[in-house]
Amino acid sequence: MNWPIKRRNGNGSSSNGHIIEMAGITKVYDTGKIKVEALRGIDLRVGKGEFVAVVGPSGSGKSTLLNLVGCLDTPSDGEYRLGGEAVAGLDRDQLADVRNRRVGFVFQNFNLLPQLTALENVEMPLMFGGVGRRERRRRALGQLEQVGLADRVEHRPTELSGGQMQRVAIARALAMEPDIILADEPTGNLDTGSGSDVMSLLGALSEQGRTLVVVTHDQHLARRAHRVVEIRDGVIVNDAPAGR
Amino acid sequence: MTGLGSFLRQLARDIRSQTLRTFLTTFGIIWGTVAVALLLAFGEGLHRQQIKSFAGLGDHIVIAWPARTSLPFQGLGKGRAIQLDEADIDFVKANVENIDAISTEYSRNLRLRLGDQGRGVEVSGVSPVFGELRSMVPAAGGRFIDPIDMEQRRRVAFIGDQLATELFGDADPVGREVVLHGSPFTIVGVMVAKEQDSSYSGRDHSKLIVPSTTFRAITGQRYIDNFIYRATDPKLNKQVSSQIIAALGERKRFDPADSEAVSIWDTTEMFVFFDNFMLAFKIFLGIMGALTLVVGGIGVSNIMNVVVEERTREIGIKMALGARGSSILAQFVLETMVLTAVGGAIGLAISWAICSAVPAAGVTRFVGTPVLSPQLALLTAGILGLVGLVAGYFPAREASRLDPVIAMKL
Repeated sequence: MNWPIKRRNGNGSSSNGHIIEMAGITKVYDTGKIKVEALRGIDLRVGKGEFVAVVGPSGSGKSTLLNLVGCLDTPSDGEYRLGGEAVAGLDRDQLADVRNRRVGFVFQNFNLLPQLTALENVEMPLMFGGVGRRERRRRALGQLEQVGLADRVEHRPTELSGGQMQRVAIARALAMEPDIILADEPTGNLDTGSGSDVMSLLGALSEQGRTLVVVTHDQHLARRAHRVVEIRDGVIVNDAPAGR
Repeated sequence: MTGLGSFLRQLARDIRSQTLRTFLTTFGIIWGTVAVALLLAFGEGLHRQQIKSFAGLGDHIVIAWPARTSLPFQGLGKGRAIQLDEADIDFVKANVENIDAISTEYSRNLRLRLGDQGRGVEVSGVSPVFGELRSMVPAAGGRFIDPIDMEQRRRVAFIGDQLATELFGDADPVGREVVLHGSPFTIVGVMVAKEQDSSYSGRDHSKLIVPSTTFRAITGQRYIDNFIYRATDPKLNKQVSSQIIAALGERKRFDPADSEAVSIWDTTEMFVFFDNFMLAFKIFLGIMGALTLVVGGIGVSNIMNVVVEERTREIGIKMALGARGSSILAQFVLETMVLTAVGGAIGLAISWAICSAVPAAGVTRFVGTPVLSPQLALLTAGILGLVGLVAGYFPAREASRLDPVIAMKL
């Protein structure tokens, strides 16, 4: 599949060109009885336009890291600057706005709302972002077209294949033109064919100059990245350009 | 979030996807609204029906019959008959304050002839104020006895609705002539049919009413059978009654403490009793209504709770996409409000339909016409909605305060 190439001149990066700057990030899950240290001191910087694959065994903390990057979760300690802005100081509504404008999230299980059509799902972040109805529709249609689903806009998730659902989710993640796209095992629930479609799509997004951080088990997907970060037991054990 | 339109579209979709829950919530509100609205409507209808029946005899009037003394007084023995005439009542009128209206009444069964038909009818000779005192309303095109009739002793008659039908069928009796006790009388008015649950000397619908002056002239009767009056304020009836007894006792020489010389029937006592009865009845209905609300409220709040629990994941997804907590809550609040409004409206419509069906079923004589209070019905729906809102609001707020990743996993 061919994806239209469109160079972006995103802003929101700090002066040194890093969108994501994490220093000494820890995440401890305290259930009362047991404390689980999911992340134990992560230092990570991601520059604008980078495509980073985060790999590691199950339970290594890579999803937790991605959730922290996307502000879906809050770190126990450490400093996190997203686009030059310290996240720790933000209140609930400001965090919601950060999630809305700066981050586009793609989940393993798609997380589409089943009662909404593909178009309505893509419109949702635009609605939260206060985009007017017409403009919302125009942009959502544009994004669906970009991911090759122009003929499926009125379908509900249940009427779509797994690959199509994930493409809707990617269109949704792109809707607000965020600084970074975060994807957690985006091909994890897909068959090989659909998975490679989604991979090409993510590759194309990277070629357009978007910043991507993708958590994956998938070697094929990791190989498309510029850089592979490997996590074990909550620490980064390897951080190197892809292809070794 | 922008626009009510998108809210409503989202609501429509939620309803589509959660038909059962939406139905149950709405049903709870409908049920509560109908139950409370009907309880109160029937209560009010019954009350008004009873009032109407009571007022059929007369609105807060007192009826007094001269009778016999039961106590010796100033050397006179007991068992003496007290007889009153117009002069005595004029004396009362002149000497007792706060009388709003007073009328004498002479009653006798007289022979009536219409063509070759002949029968006895109950005839009352009264003053013009009698009509108003006894709630006798002339049908359109007719009138009651008036002061000129009185003054000129006209031979005119006001006729009860049932008697009119018996004599004239469907034809208009006004202007027709009947022969009463050998004298021709012109019918000047027909009584509008009324509810009347108590009476003396026969029901008004079968009576013929003539001016008291005319009555005396044709029958030669001097003494009245009874008189009726009403104080300027129903609360003064008791006081006015004892003043009347005192005035008459002085004039007719009987003991003012003699309760039998002139016997009194104060119909306000009936109203007071019934008002108390209805108050108790309404309190009962109110408690029933409150319990209905509580039960309905528990139902609605349970459903709302479930709704939020089931939607926590959805809330998580929306937050991950950048929804603010306030917009999630706003959607929830709006949904509850719309369901409440719809449920309330349907409930009100059902109540209205039932209330309209009652007169058609012909049972108003027993239960009255239910009087629906839309305000109360909507208030009920509002309370149920508020309960649902409160029950759902706090869990929804909890959910919107979670980190999105936790909400999505729940």
